[in-house]
Formats: sequence, structure tokens, C-alpha cells
Amino acid sequence: MSVDAATVRRIAHLARIAVSAEEAQHLQGELNAILAFVEQLSEVDVSDVEPMTSVTPMQIKKRSDVVTDGEKADAVLKNAPAREDHYFVVPKVVE
Amino acid sequence: MKPVTDLTKLTISEAHEGLTKKQFTATELVDAHLSAMEKARALNAYVLETPEKARMMAKASDERLAKGEARPLEGIPIAIKDMFGTEGVRTTACSHILDGFEPPYESTVSAQLWRDGAVMLGKTNNDEFAMGSSNETSFYGPVISPWRRNGSDTKLVPGGSSGGSAAAVAAFLCAGSTGTDTGGSIRQPAAFTGIVGLKPTYGRCSRWGIVAFASSLDQAGPFARTVRDTARLTTSMAGYDLKDTTSVDVPVPDYEAAVGRSVKGMRIGIPREYRVDGMPSEIEALWEKGAQWLKDAGAELVDVSLPHTKYALPAYYIVAPAEASSNLARYDGVRYGLRVPGSDITEMYEKTRAAGFGAEVRRRIMIGTYVLSAGYYDAYYLRAQKVRTLIKRDFEQCFKNGVDAMLTPTTPSAAFGVGEKSSGDPIEMYLNDIFTVTVNMAGLPGISVPAGCDAQGLPLGLQLIGRPFDEETLFALGGVIEQAAGRFSPQMWW
Repeated sequence: MSVDAATVRRIAHLARIAVSAEEAQHLQGELNAILAFVEQLSEVDVSDVEPMTSVTPMQIKKRSDVVTDGEKADAVLKNAPAREDHYFVVPKVVE
Repeated sequence: MKPVTDLTKLTISEAHEGLTKKQFTATELVDAHLSAMEKARALNAYVLETPEKARMMAKASDERLAKGEARPLEGIPIAIKDMFGTEGVRTTACSHILDGFEPPYESTVSAQLWRDGAVMLGKTNNDEFAMGSSNETSFYGPVISPWRRNGSDTKLVPGGSSGGSAAAVAAFLCAGSTGTDTGGSIRQPAAFTGIVGLKPTYGRCSRWGIVAFASSLDQAGPFARTVRDTARLTTSMAGYDLKDTTSVDVPVPDYEAAVGRSVKGMRIGIPREYRVDGMPSEIEALWEKGAQWLKDAGAELVDVSLPHTKYALPAYYIVAPAEASSNLARYDGVRYGLRVPGSDITEMYEKTRAAGFGAEVRRRIMIGTYVLSAGYYDAYYLRAQKVRTLIKRDFEQCFKNGVDAMLTPTTPSAAFGVGEKSSGDPIEMYLNDIFTVTVNMAGLPGISVPAGCDAQGLPLGLQLIGRPFDEETLFALGGVIEQAAGRFSPQMWW
């Protein structure tokens, strides 16, 4: 499989990364090189093989459903590029 | 008392002994390292030096030492890869998108090192978000290896992604350091710089507080100049953590006790699929030499087959970017780091991420987004996860047949020059990890131990791969190789 220019722009938008026309062309070549490389997986017989979901056979430990953390609004907001009181500030999202 | 300039040359065990015997103080030890770091800035191993914090921690260590209350790593100067969140200390994963980020928390692994008395010297350089095999994708520029080819001043890469951590240990700018290994990012730079590096079993160390790249593959581990030091650091870094549900609740042994343990009767697998086309004869010869050393120590060598080896790298380049595209979705210019303004929120996201991520990271996010997108998931991601099951099964089969560990080369070549592989085809760079990536795909422990030098004087490493949670066998076998091969240090030119 390979990607065309329109697909590159669509993926870039899905990934929320702005790409110029020139970059898109460059990326198309690189993505196609990687896709060609991974293409060899199609020669492996994977019928009746379970996909891996966890490398270690383990039961995930459960803990009591109680609040163990919180009341740290200042710490949470400390690194925000734009904030007001205890809110993150973003461009307007609803008209 | 030793002259202060020599203190950087000590191993962790030697330094600890010197401190407890009061031959020098933790403050003197730290000052010796800080001054070595200052002289070595041309290597670009550190992206942030933290001298004040280091001196403060050393002072606290000196107080403990005075009271005879030394902990296992008391006063030992350690460097931390910039992938580890360090409380109040800039942590960027060497990406522009995390500009100025100061975590309000400490990663579990680094916190355990401090719990055991270690002293932080600073944050080390790495490939951006640990994506790379040469430390050339860092926003802070490449790390220059302390090693040079005989009679040449060509700048070489230290390997990656933990290039700064490896270079800092090799150049005596710290006694040990931390790394993360997703596809070879500890073992490959350890091999390129002539030091020891361990990727523990998946789940052995907590991933909490470490910048996530590919969560099902990422694992933290140590670098040091000896197998014994590496073992001591592992004992401190390992352990179950409530905050990481993939960390495993099995007791942490005293790994150091495994160094020097007999390997008599152990069965060592030599996987035939690792004999790849175009592998330099020097590496092949070193591999045979390593096998002979283990045999001389009483181990038994067996030819084994891991038939799906060649599919590990292509499967990795689906699984790792897919997980990365998901993990890196959090960098949106809202909560931390860089923000580039836009006319609406989508444009703000798109401009921020275009400016904040470097070329390699953008490429991997794009690949990951594509293989997870509607209509392609089964063909790529699901198939890759099935292949991963087969890769793991290959190893399990060998272990079931009585193999205790495998011996392979760590890398298919010695270190290369800065810029040599970073311009053209991305696959050329990816092939560096051909021998290491299988271990991440199967979640196994792997160690790289320096074993010799090539004709140009550059170090080469051998890799030992073990059963899940059997790091002790790797330390025992690694100790045998170290004993036979000796230690390797670069000529100081910086």
C-alpha cells in the first residue's frame, strides 16, 4: 500500500500537524518508504494467531475506588502557556 | 587521599567504599564531576546541569555518611535522561514542544535513586521523545561521542536515543545514568560508547513519570561502566509501583549478588537468524569470541532458531509509531510547553504541533496515525500485534527447551559519523536496532556489555537476552564477558 498527496494531507489533519505543500510531498516519499518496508509483514502467516495485548501474562492489580490525589489546581496549571485563575485559556471553540 | 581529579574515574562500588571509609566526601566527589562536566560541554551530553541541586544533595549525603548511615547509593553522582520527569527541574524529552516544562512531580525510578542516596548532576540529551538511534534528532543538537576513530577527528554519534546518558558515563561525567529503551535506546548507545547498559524486563521498573513514547515497549534502565555498578543501579530502580499498573509485583533481588556467580552448566542460545548479510566480519568474530568466553566459564552453547526475527523491525515500525501517535496527542499547546497562536483552536493545535515537533517525530506520528486510521487498522496494527505474538513465541520455545539466555551482537556496526545516516532514507537509521528491537517486542530483559574494539579502535558490544525477570542470569553472564574482555575508555580529547 502507498499513500498519495491527498492522503498525506488527510493524515496530517487527523494528527493535527500543519504541513506545507512542499513538506507534504517530502513526507509522501518518506511515508511510502516506511510503508514499503513494513509490507514484508504480509508474507507472515498469522491465521489463528492472537494479537498481543500484554507482553507479560498478568492480572492488573485493582485498588479501592477512593480519591487518593487532588486539590492541586495550582500545580496542574503551573506550566500552562495561557491560564486565568484555575482555567486553561484557549481560542474560542463555540460560536 | 586521592587527588580530586581522579574521583570521576571511580566505579560506583569504589566511590561508595571511598565515601564510607571517609577517603573523600560526597561534596568532593560531586565537585569533581561538575568540573569535568564543565570541561566537556563540547560533547553536549547534558542539556541541563543542576550544580546547586547536586551540591545540596551531596551535603545531605555527607551528613548521612558522618552519622554512619550510608544508603546503597549514598553520594553517587548520577545523570538523568531528559525523558524522566524531575520535580521542579526542566524536563523536555529534548523536544521544542515541551519548552520550559517543569514537572510538579518526580518519576518513580528517579525518586528511588534519590531514596537510596544518589545525587543528581543534571539532565542528559536524547533523541527527541527518544525517537532515534544516534541522538541527532534532539532539539538541543546532537551529542558528540567521546570516542574517535584511530587517528581521526571525525565527530561520531554516541548512539541513541539515550546518547547523552551513555556519553556522560563513558566520558566520566557521572558515575552512572538512567536511560529508556523502546527499541534499543539503552543497549545500542551502551555498545557504541563501550559501557554497560541494561533494558530490564517489561514491568520491572515503573514507567510512572517518564515521558511516554510507546507504552507497551518503553522500559527504564541503567548505564554504568561495570556490570556490578549496573546491577546495583538496577536494584534501586526496579520494583512494583501502584502508580503504574503494568509494573509487576515480584520481589527485587539483590542484583549485585549475581555478579560473579558461576555460569557453569548454563545453556546459551546462539540464534542463527542474527547472522545477517553484510555484518562486518569483526562483529562476527567478536560474537564467536564471546561465545568462547562463556564456554570457557562452563556454559554450554546451543544453536537456536528465532524464525520471526526479520519481522521484528517492520512490526516495531507499526506498533511504536501507533502508540506514539496516541501518546503524543497530549501536546496540544494548552496544558504545558509551546503554544503557537492560530485563528481558531484547530489551527492553534496544528501550528503548535508543526513548530514543536521535529521531523522524525512528525514522521512517526503521521505513520502511527495512518496505521490506526479507519480501514487500515487490521492490515497494519492488528497484523503487527499478531506478528509480535509470534516473535515472543520464538523466544518462549527456546526457553522451554532449556536455554537460559541468548548471546548476540548488540549492533550490526560500530558507531558512525554525525550526519552520516541522518539525511537520506529513514530505514537506514532504523536498521541499527535490528538486534535489539526483538527484545522489546517480546518484553524480555537484555544487557549490552562491551566486548572489544574494531580495527578503527571503536568499541563493540555483545548482547545477552534473558528469560522474563531473570536479570540475575544476565548479570552473571555479563560479568564473565567483562572479566574476559576488560574495560574500555576513550582517549580524552575534549
